[in-house]
Amino acid sequence: MFGFGILSGVVFLPLVGVAFLLTQKGDDEASLRNIRWATLATTLATFALSLFIWSGFDTTTAAFQFVEEKSWFGSGLVYKMGVDGFSMPFVLLTTFLMPFAILASWTSVEKRVKEYMIAFLVLETLMVGVFCALDLVLFYLFFEGGLIPMFLIIGIWGGKRRVYASFKFFLYTLVGSLLMLVAILAMYGKAGTTDIAVLLRTDFPKEMQTWLWLAFFASFAVKMPMWPVHTWLPDAHVEAPTAGSVILAAILLKMGGYGFIRFSLPMFPDASTHFAPLIYALSVIAIVYTSLVALVQEDIKKLIAYSSVAHMGYVTMGLFTLNPQGVQGAIFQMISHGFVSGALFLCVGVIYDRMHTREIAAYGGLVNRMPVYAFVFMLFTMANVGLPGTTGFIGEFLSLTGAFQANTWVALLATSGVIFSAAYALYLYRRVVFGALEKASLMNITDLTAREIAIFTPLVLLTIYYGVQPQPILSATQASVDNLIQTHTALIDAIKLAAAGQ
Amino acid sequence: MIYAIVFLPLVGFLIAGAFGPWIGARASEFVTTSLLMICAVLSWIVFFNVALGHDHGYAPIIGNWMTVGALKINWALRVDTLTAVMLVVVNTVSSLVHLYSIGYMHEDPDRPRFFAYLSLFTFAMLMLVTADNLVQMFFGWEGVGLASYLLIGFWYQKPSANAAAIKAFVVNRVGDFGFALGIFLVFQLTKSLTFDEVFAAVPGLEGEKILAFGLNVDALTLAAFLLFIGAMGKSAQFFLHTWLPDAMEGPTPVSALIHAATMVTAGVFMVARLSPIFEYAPAALAFVTIIGAVTAFFAATVGLVQNDIKRVIAYSTCSQLGYMFVAEGVGAYSLGIFHLFTHAFFKALLFLGAGSVIHAMHHEQDMRNMGGLRKDIPFTFAMMTIGTLALTGFPYTAGYFSKDGIIEAAFAAGEHHTTAMIGFISTVVAAGLTSYYSWRLVFMTFFGHRHAHEVAVNHSHDEPATKDDHAHSHDDHGHDDHGHHAPHESPLTMLIPLAVLAVGALGAGYVFEPDFAGHAYAEFWKGAIFTGEHNEILHEMHAIPAWAGYAPTAMMVLGFLVSLYVYVLKPGTAQALARAFPRLYRFLLNKWYFDELYDFLFVRPAFAIGRLFWKGVDGAIIDGLGPDGVAARVADGARFAVRLETGYVYHYAFAMLIGVAAVATYFIAGGLR
Repeated sequence: MFGFGILSGVVFLPLVGVAFLLTQKGDDEASLRNIRWATLATTLATFALSLFIWSGFDTTTAAFQFVEEKSWFGSGLVYKMGVDGFSMPFVLLTTFLMPFAILASWTSVEKRVKEYMIAFLVLETLMVGVFCALDLVLFYLFFEGGLIPMFLIIGIWGGKRRVYASFKFFLYTLVGSLLMLVAILAMYGKAGTTDIAVLLRTDFPKEMQTWLWLAFFASFAVKMPMWPVHTWLPDAHVEAPTAGSVILAAILLKMGGYGFIRFSLPMFPDASTHFAPLIYALSVIAIVYTSLVALVQEDIKKLIAYSSVAHMGYVTMGLFTLNPQGVQGAIFQMISHGFVSGALFLCVGVIYDRMHTREIAAYGGLVNRMPVYAFVFMLFTMANVGLPGTTGFIGEFLSLTGAFQANTWVALLATSGVIFSAAYALYLYRRVVFGALEKASLMNITDLTAREIAIFTPLVLLTIYYGVQPQPILSATQASVDNLIQTHTALIDAIKLAAAGQ
Repeated sequence: MIYAIVFLPLVGFLIAGAFGPWIGARASEFVTTSLLMICAVLSWIVFFNVALGHDHGYAPIIGNWMTVGALKINWALRVDTLTAVMLVVVNTVSSLVHLYSIGYMHEDPDRPRFFAYLSLFTFAMLMLVTADNLVQMFFGWEGVGLASYLLIGFWYQKPSANAAAIKAFVVNRVGDFGFALGIFLVFQLTKSLTFDEVFAAVPGLEGEKILAFGLNVDALTLAAFLLFIGAMGKSAQFFLHTWLPDAMEGPTPVSALIHAATMVTAGVFMVARLSPIFEYAPAALAFVTIIGAVTAFFAATVGLVQNDIKRVIAYSTCSQLGYMFVAEGVGAYSLGIFHLFTHAFFKALLFLGAGSVIHAMHHEQDMRNMGGLRKDIPFTFAMMTIGTLALTGFPYTAGYFSKDGIIEAAFAAGEHHTTAMIGFISTVVAAGLTSYYSWRLVFMTFFGHRHAHEVAVNHSHDEPATKDDHAHSHDDHGHDDHGHHAPHESPLTMLIPLAVLAVGALGAGYVFEPDFAGHAYAEFWKGAIFTGEHNEILHEMHAIPAWAGYAPTAMMVLGFLVSLYVYVLKPGTAQALARAFPRLYRFLLNKWYFDELYDFLFVRPAFAIGRLFWKGVDGAIIDGLGPDGVAARVADGARFAVRLETGYVYHYAFAMLIGVAAVATYFIAGGLR
C-alpha cells in the first residue's frame, strides 16, 4: 500500500479518516451524522484490514512477521514495524474494539463531536503503533503519544472532576515514562541501536539489567496499573466518557503487560528472575487488596475499575512465572479482560446515558424494565468472576496453574481472588439489577435499543466462543511464548553454570 | 445417544431462554419438559446397557478445549457405570421436576425463564457427571453453581432471595477455591488433568512428599484434601453448609432438584469419581469421615426445631449428605453412591410433597400454621408418609438398604480406625434424630388441628419466634388473600411426579442393592469405582455383631415413638421442652450461631478492611503522598506562573513534547556523528 506494508496501513488508516473529518465543517445534524458515520466506517475498515494480518499470520514461528523497515531522519532512526505472537492479538483487539467505542459515543457525545472523533482516531493510530513498533524510539513515541488523546478525552469530554482525573492520569504516567526514556537512552548507548530485534539478542550486564528493568518497570507498572501506583485508574475511569473507559480498560492497560513481555522479560532475563518475587508480591496484593476495596465502592465505574486492577494482578503474576501456562494465561487474560471489562464499561454507559448517574444507590430493580440489559450485564458479570465457559475463566485458570508451579503461596493467595470477585461482582449486580423497582426516577427507563444490542451481540458471542474454544488465541501466542521461555531458561541455566564454575 | 442426553437440555434452555417471550410460557414448558423426558428415557437405556449390561463404557471426545504446554484439556463425554447412575438420577428427577413445575408455577408470569434455568441447570449437571477431566468437571461444577444462583434468586424482587443467592454462590466459591488449588496440585504432580492419565500416575506417587504452603506434606493427601474442600462447598458440609438452608428461598421444585437430589450430591460424586486418588490418601479419607459424621449429627440437631417445612427438609438433606461422606470416608464409595441414588428419590419426593402442601396452603411454609391436612390433601399425605418411611429407614424401603448399609460399614471400619467409629456413633444417633424430626414434620403438618390465622397474626405464644419467621410466609405472588380458601389437592401434573418418585422411594433399595453393594458389585461397577487391594469393607460389613446391625432400626423406632408422644399423644410437650431448656433450644433454632459467627468473622471485617484500604491507604497514604501532595506543590508554584484552569493539560503536554524533541535531537545528532 503506497510502498508501505499492511501494518503501516492499519496504523495510518485512521489518520486518513482524520483527514476527512478535518474537511467537515458545520454543526448541523447532517454534518454530525456524516462525522459519526465516517468515523465508524474508518474504524471498521481498519478492522477489516487488520483481519488480513491475522489470516496471513504464521503461528508456527516466533520471528517477527510483516516486517517493514525505512530509514528515517537520516541514519540514526529507523521506522521499523512488525508483529509476532505477543503483539498480533493486541493489534486485533484494538482494531476490533474501536468500532464499539465509536458506537458507544453515538448519541452520548454532543459537544465538539468532530474533535472527539479525531481524538479517538488518532488514539487508534497510536495504540496500534505501540503494538507494531519494532524500534525502541518509535515505540516510545507511540507509547507516550497515546497519552495525549486519552488525556484530552478525559479532560474535555469527562465528568465533573475531569481536570483532577486527567491531571492525575498524566502525572503518574509521565513520571513512569520519563524513567523509561532514560533507560532507552542507556540501552542505545550500550547497544548502539534502538532496533528491538537486535536488542532482544543483546546481553546487557547484570548490574545494568537491574537498573534498566526498574526503569521500564516504573513505566509499565503505572500503565498496568499495579499496586500501589493504581490510584489514577479509578479516577480516570470515573471521569472518562464511556468510550474512553472502554478503550482505557481494554487496550491502554494492556500496554503495560505488553511492555513487560516485549522488553522486561526477554531483554533483562536476569533482572526479571531477580525481581519476580517483587512482582508476585505486588500482584497478590493487587488481587486481594483491590478486590476488598471494590467490595465497598459506591460508584459503579469505580467498582469495575478496581476490579480491573485485580484482574491485571493475574496478568503480572502469570507473566513472571515464565512457564507456558502462566505466560499464555496472562496474555489470554489480557485479551479476555479487553472484551469483558470493555463490555462492562459499556454496560455502565447504557444506564449512565439514561440516568446520568453512576451511584449504585440510584439504581435497583432494573431487571423489571430492562430484561435484555439484565441478561447482558449478568453474562459479563459472570465472565468477570471467571465462570468456566467464558473467556474470563481461561485466563484466570491458566495463569493460576502457572503460578502454582512457580510458587504455591502466590497461587493460594491469588486464588482467593475467585471468592472476592464473586462477592463484589454479585453484590453490585444485586444492588443495580435485582430487587423491586421502587425508585420513581427509574419507572420509565427503557431497555436496550437496537444500536446497543448491535454493540453487545458480538461481544457476548465472542466471550462465550473464546471461553469454549480459546485455541485460536492460544495458538497465536504459543510459538512466541515457547521461544521466550526456552531462551530464558537457557540463559538462566548458563548463568547458573557460570556461577557454579567460578 | 450420550450427545443427545447431554445437549438436549441445552437446546431446551436456548429455546426457552431466547424465544420464551415470543413462543409463550405454554410452549416453553412443553419444549423443555418433553426434551427432558426424552433424556430421561435415554438415560435409563444407557443405564441398562452400561451398568446392568455388558457395555464397557466409552468417552467420545467432542473436541479440544485448550492446549497449553503439557496441559491438554478435551471436551469429552465419559460414560461408565458411575456416570450412568448419575445420568439416571439427574434426568429422572429433572424431568419429573419439569413436569411438576408446570403445575406448581402456573401463576408465575416468568415461567419461560424458570424452565430455561431448570434446563440450563440440567445441562451443566450432565457436563459435570460426564466429564473425563478435572477441568470439564469444574466447568459443570461452576455451571450448576450459576444455575443454582439464578434459581435461588428467581424471585428477584424479594431481598431475602437475592441475599440467599449471593450467599450460595460465594460460599460455593470458597469450596471452589479449594477445588481449584487441588486441580493445580494434581497437574503439578501428574502433568495431566485427564482422569485416566491422572489415575494411572497416582500409584507411583504414593508416599511422595511435596513442599507446599510452607509445609512438607504427603502430596496425594494434600491433593485429596484440597479437592474435598470443593466437595464440602457444593455438598454443604460442616463449615460450608450455611448456604443450603437459605437456598430454600428458591421455588420448591428447585429445592427438590438442585438442593436435594442432584447438585448437592456433586461432592459425593466427585469423591467417588476420584476414588483412585482418595484410596491413596488415608489421612484425607479420615477427614472426609469426620466431616461427614459431624455434618450428619449437626444438621440433624438443627432440623429438630425448625418450623419452616422446607428448612426441615433442607437440614435433613445436609445430614444425609453427611452419611454419604461417612460411607466414602470408610472406603465404601459404592454405598455412598447407593445412598445418593436412593436419597434422590425419597428426598425429591419429600420436597415435592412439601411443595404440594405449600401449594395447598397458598404459599404458607410455617408448619405451626398447618395441621390436620391429611383430610384435605390425602394423596399428598400418603406420598409424604412414604417419603418419610424411606428416609427414616423403615425396613425394605430404599433408605433401609442404603442408610443402614452405611452405618454397618462405618461400624465394620471402626474396628480399624477411630474416625470410622466416630462416624458410626454419629450416624446412629443421627438416625434417631432423623426419625424424630421427619415424623415431627408429618405430625405437625397432617395431624392435629389447624389454627392458621390466629397463629399467623400473633404467634408469639407458640414456640418462640425468630427473626426469619416472616421472611418465608409471604411470596409476592398475587395471593393477597391467601388462607381464605380451603386447602386443596394439587393438579395432576404435580401428583404424577410424586407417585413416580414414591415408587422409587419404596423399591429402589430392594431392587438395586445387589448391584450397588451386594454380590453383583463387580459386574455392575466394572471398575468405575476404585478400591485399594486392602479395602474389604463391603465384606467386613456383613460380619458385624447383630446389635450393631439392628441399632439404626431401633433408633428409627425410638425417634418415631418420641415424636408421636410429643406431637400427637401429648401436644404441648414441645413447647414445654423448649421452655425447660431455653439455651439449648435457642442454640439449635439459631443453627449453632454459624451465620452470626461468619458474619462477625468474615463479612464485616471484609467490608471494614475494604473501607480502610480505600479511604485510608488509597486515599490518605498513596494519593496523599503521591499525586495530591505533588499537586499541592505544583499548585503553589502554578499560582505564580499560569492562571489558566486547564493549564495543566498544556503544561504537561508541552513538557513531554520537549522531552520527545530532546530525544529526537539526540538521535539525529547521533546519526550525524
